[in-house]
Amino acid sequence: MAKIIGGVTTSHIPAIANAMANGLEETPYWKPFFDGYPPVRDWLNEQKPDVIILFYNDHGLEFFIDKKPTFAMGVADEYYNSDEGWGIPTIPPVTGESELSWHIANSLVEDGFDMTICQEMKVDHGLTVPLNLMWPGHNYGHVKVIPVCINCEQHPMPQPKRTLALGQAIGRAVESFEDDLKVVVFGTGGMSHQLDGERAGFINRAFDIECLDKLVSDPESLTQYSNYDLVELGGAQAVELNMLIAMRGALLGEVTELHRNYHAPISNTGSGLMLLENK
Amino acid sequence: MATNEKREFPGTYLFNGEMAKKGYGLNKMCFSFNNQEARDEFNADPDAYCEKYKLTDVQKQAIKDKDIIALLREGGSIYYLAKFAGLLKLNMQDIGALQTGMSVDEFKAMLEKNGRGEV
Repeated sequence: MAKIIGGVTTSHIPAIANAMANGLEETPYWKPFFDGYPPVRDWLNEQKPDVIILFYNDHGLEFFIDKKPTFAMGVADEYYNSDEGWGIPTIPPVTGESELSWHIANSLVEDGFDMTICQEMKVDHGLTVPLNLMWPGHNYGHVKVIPVCINCEQHPMPQPKRTLALGQAIGRAVESFEDDLKVVVFGTGGMSHQLDGERAGFINRAFDIECLDKLVSDPESLTQYSNYDLVELGGAQAVELNMLIAMRGALLGEVTELHRNYHAPISNTGSGLMLLENK
Repeated sequence: MATNEKREFPGTYLFNGEMAKKGYGLNKMCFSFNNQEARDEFNADPDAYCEKYKLTDVQKQAIKDKDIIALLREGGSIYYLAKFAGLLKLNMQDIGALQTGMSVDEFKAMLEKNGRGEV
C-alpha cells in the first residue's frame, strides 16, 4: 500500500530562485534561510520518496481569473514551467504520476471535493522553487510530483477548515492506493506577508511561530481561523497558510517534528521550513 | 465566517468579486505580460496596449504613473501587478517602498524589524 511518510513546509517565493541562480546562498542575507535546508534534503535523500504531493497556489501562470478553480490538481506525466513575466530562466520539466493522481482525483470527488482535474498545467514558482530547494540544480526529475493548486488569489477562497479536510481526504486516498509507494507531502508558501497596499511589509513573527507549533501538535485549532482572520493576523497573503494546513491534514498518523528553521524576512515574507515525520 | 461577511483591513485591498470585475481588463493586460512579445508590444506603445485591453482612463493614468495603490483601488490584483512590476524591472521591495511612501532602504529596514518581531 502507498504510505505518506512525512510532510514538509517551505517557502516558495521567486526571489529564492534568483538567489539560487546567482549563487547567493552563502551571502549574509540568504545564509540563515538556506542553512535550514540540508537536514531536510538529507532526510529526503535517505527516505527516497517515490511521489511528492505538492500544495501550492498558482500566481497567474496557468490560471487567470477568467476561470479560477478553487481546488485544481494535475494528473499528467509531465509539467512545464514558463515565463511568469519577469524572465525566470526556463527550467527542466517536472515529472508527474498519473496513476496515483487519477486515484486521488476519483477518491476526492467521491469524498465531496469537486476538483478541477488537469491533464495540462503549467506550474509556476509556487511548485518549482520548493522542488529546487530540496534537489538543487533542478535535480528533481527522478521524483514524481502531483500538483494540488489552491486558490489563494481571489476571494472567496477555501477556508482553513476546508483545506485541512482536503488534506485529510488526500491522506485517505493515498492510503487506499494498492501500490507500495512512499509519498511525502509538501505545503508551500506563506507564512505571514503582505505585498499590497499601504500595509505592505507586514510580517507577524509570533503568529508564524504559533502556526508552526500548531501545525505539529494541534492542526485542528488552526481551523478556528477564517481567511479574513489570517489576513488580519498575518497580512493579505498569509492566506497561503492554507497550503501548509492542507499538507498537515494529509498526515493521518503519529506526527513528529524532525526539523524546523524559521527565518524572517526573506523578501517580504516570514519563511517557515519544517520537516514532519508521519508514522 | 459567512462568505459574504464584510470586513475592512486598513491599508489592504482585498481582491474579491467586486475588485475582480472592476479590474478585469487591467489584470488581463498584466496576465499577458507572461509573454515577451506582449511586454515588447507594451513597451513600444503603452497607451495603445492599455487601449487594447480596454482599461479605464483612471487605470491608464495609474499605469502611466506606476501608481500601485491606485492600480489596487482600480481592481488590480497584486499577483498580476507583480508582472507589471517585473516589466518595469522592479522587485517586491521596490513595490513595497512605492506603496508605503518609504525609500527602498527604509522599507527593507522595516521588513528586518518586522522579521525580528519588533512590532
